[in-house]
Amino acid sequence: MAKRSLAALLENKVRPKNSMMELQPILSTLRRHKVILWLLMLEIALICAIVCNGVFLVAQRMQHMNMPSGIAEHELVQIQQAPIAPPPDRYARAREDLATLRQIPGVLAVGMSNQVPFGGSSSNGNVMLSPTQPHQTLSAAEYFGENLVQTLGLHLVAGRALRPDEYVDADVVIKALADGSDKGFPMPMLVSQALATRLWPQQNPLGKLVWLTPKASFRVVGVVATLARANAYRTATAQYSMIIPLHMGADKDQSYLLRTRPQDRQRVLAAAVAALRRIDPARVITHTRTYDQIRSDYFRDDHAMAGILVSVIAAVLLVTGLGIVGLASFWVAQRRKQIGIRRALGATRADILHYFQTENFLIVTFGIVLGMVLAYGLSLWLMAHYELPRLPLSYLPIGAIALWLIGQIAVLGPALRASHVPPVVATRSV
Amino acid sequence: MFAYYLDLALRSLKRNKLLTALMIVAIGFGVAASMITYSVFRAVSGNPIPDKSAQLFTPQIDSWGPQQSFNGDGEPPQALDYTDAMALMHAHAAKRQTLIYPVQMTVMPGGDRSLPINAYGIAAYGDFFPMFEVPFQYGRGWSGTEDQARAAVVVLSEAFNRKLFGGADSLGHEVNLGGHTYRVVGVIRHWNPQPRFYALFGGSDFGQPADFYMPFTRALDLHIGTAGNNSCRGKQTARGWDDYLQSNCVWINPWVELDTPAEVARYRNFLEGYAVEQQRAGRFNWPPNVRLRDVTQWLAYMHVVPPESRIALMVSLGFFVICLVNTVGLLLAKFMRRAGEIGVRRALGASRREIYFQFLIEAATVGLAGGLLGLLLTAVGVSGVGLLFEPQIARLAHVDLSLIALTLGVAIAATVIAAFYPTWRAAHVQPAWHLRTN
Repeated sequence: MAKRSLAALLENKVRPKNSMMELQPILSTLRRHKVILWLLMLEIALICAIVCNGVFLVAQRMQHMNMPSGIAEHELVQIQQAPIAPPPDRYARAREDLATLRQIPGVLAVGMSNQVPFGGSSSNGNVMLSPTQPHQTLSAAEYFGENLVQTLGLHLVAGRALRPDEYVDADVVIKALADGSDKGFPMPMLVSQALATRLWPQQNPLGKLVWLTPKASFRVVGVVATLARANAYRTATAQYSMIIPLHMGADKDQSYLLRTRPQDRQRVLAAAVAALRRIDPARVITHTRTYDQIRSDYFRDDHAMAGILVSVIAAVLLVTGLGIVGLASFWVAQRRKQIGIRRALGATRADILHYFQTENFLIVTFGIVLGMVLAYGLSLWLMAHYELPRLPLSYLPIGAIALWLIGQIAVLGPALRASHVPPVVATRSV
Repeated sequence: MFAYYLDLALRSLKRNKLLTALMIVAIGFGVAASMITYSVFRAVSGNPIPDKSAQLFTPQIDSWGPQQSFNGDGEPPQALDYTDAMALMHAHAAKRQTLIYPVQMTVMPGGDRSLPINAYGIAAYGDFFPMFEVPFQYGRGWSGTEDQARAAVVVLSEAFNRKLFGGADSLGHEVNLGGHTYRVVGVIRHWNPQPRFYALFGGSDFGQPADFYMPFTRALDLHIGTAGNNSCRGKQTARGWDDYLQSNCVWINPWVELDTPAEVARYRNFLEGYAVEQQRAGRFNWPPNVRLRDVTQWLAYMHVVPPESRIALMVSLGFFVICLVNTVGLLLAKFMRRAGEIGVRRALGASRREIYFQFLIEAATVGLAGGLLGLLLTAVGVSGVGLLFEPQIARLAHVDLSLIALTLGVAIAATVIAAFYPTWRAAHVQPAWHLRTN
């Protein structure tokens, strides 16, 4: 009877303290295991820094890789060729080739271009807003070629597309410019929305003039929503594009573009190569590819980077989780006797479980605090060396939640094992 | 004694399989991630011509003026225009010198080939071959006299010779390139320094070797334009080939060989002097702005190493550090659990030194196992690099003897270093204390 009331007394004394006051014994235990505590904190802090920045780098790559091209990507194929010797009339050859390609069953539109978005090899012009300007305003992609709006599937948001009668042979323009004449200028042109907004913010771009050389002026007759450059190095300038109505003629720097339904692409590509060979059996076809291939080739390094980062982050989290399991198991094994004594003094299984969970939470929290500072420092260093934007602050709480979760999951097993230590352990000598 | 400690280590590692496995996995993952990214980094950042990189220089001359510089940074263009390039050749101020530009030509049908094929080549002066130490399988390069004579000669790559002549000695045979015949004077053995430092302006930094090499002078005679980059400034007035040559368009990669610091200084003076002369003649309206960079400086200036590979390497190294911190914790747990055993050994006369030795051997065993796992993962990873990086870069990353040694060495060394603190703790166990409680 007396014994029972003693137990009840003990229980009552311990119980109310449990919920709030458990931090005190945890902290004093941690103070006695400084090295393990510091190791765990350091590990959590490093993970916090690397994972926050790593996830941010991946997000950056994804954003870059998803850069819009503005064209009907899944419906396009490209054929590039190199004539052995220049044909007698390259304009006539291009017309003949295009007419033949148009006849291929399944072809919806045929065009020709000196470059394609993300194609790598680019042609750019220096844009000026007045003919006497000493320096260029900016550099923008110059798209030359046939039937580009329809073939690429560009979306016209203002004005009109280029008319067939507005096209001029490139040689005529080059000769006029070499003679110092401005005959035939201003020529009509299309610009991308991004370029129009940059050159004439808040104004209607239709009818505006730009100069690519002091003599060569162009009047904006239409605006396309999006058309990316062939070499989109920087996101800020990646969408500055112009379309100019020049016939370029057949040569190695031009390529034929065919629009077709996605499922017909391979068949159309094979038929097109065969048709071109029929016209001139001696020609060399240097490249045939679908637009999807062009895009994936261009972003291959970004893809590689994202792949490596994602695998490293996954491995970091796995290794850490396992590391916490290992250390917590060790800790539980070391303290079996203390756990037994606590159980004998009336602590419930839940109390023991919560003890280890709280301890883990505290350690991870200390680590996160240190880790945020590290993460931010690393971000500043990356900014200084690699033209990366600053780590958005929103990544820090997300990183913290992820680490708390991993810590809790990892400690659950050892903590459950600890809660199953029977009180009788207290009476045994090791 | 070593064998005994090894035996003890293996017994100890077997006793707690979970902790042992965790340490091995951590080290294996960490070392593999670092080695995979390192193999890529090594591939792209290597010195393409180690024994001569300090003797080969590329001169740059500002023919555009400071206002028109490439990135607005006041640096001269990354290649030369025709006027400056020819002036450097004629001055002959260096021991060896060459101009280079990439060309693309069609090889006409011949022999048992019925279809024409596309080929990529290099147009250069004959000094190209000795300067860049190009190895020959058959024949030789061409001489200065043949440069002067604008001779129709060609040097083929080993692979291209196999394609055209089945790999036979083709010296003296004729090849039809773009409608003109050329006599084969040499076939080079496989030669493809990476990155392709000698022709960075015009073409990919990492790529296949050229199919053929032809005299620069001959290529100019035939009006063969560059297959690489061409960059111009200001008003475009070029109407024909001659106008194009006189224009400010830059497209030629120049290289000179200078053996001593004195020669380098002399050449630098010569470049300055040339620019001053051009300014005086009224061709340049700006003070001389010239550069003379050697191979290493040139690769750094052209940012040839993709920043991706460097960031990936750093992230992986960070990961490795985390794995090591993890290992320190686990080793500490493992060693301290054996305080009793250590106490007994110490009481029986083992010195601290011996305790150190025993536990470091145990750590090294873990490191070796981790290294072996890491090696396996590295081999898998490196073969998977092709799925991620450009094929040109992926081809360069490979597992070789030095990578294997490095993987194992790093794993063992890092684990032993990580084990120092836990071992120190183990060696300082108080025998009396542990014996008493037991």
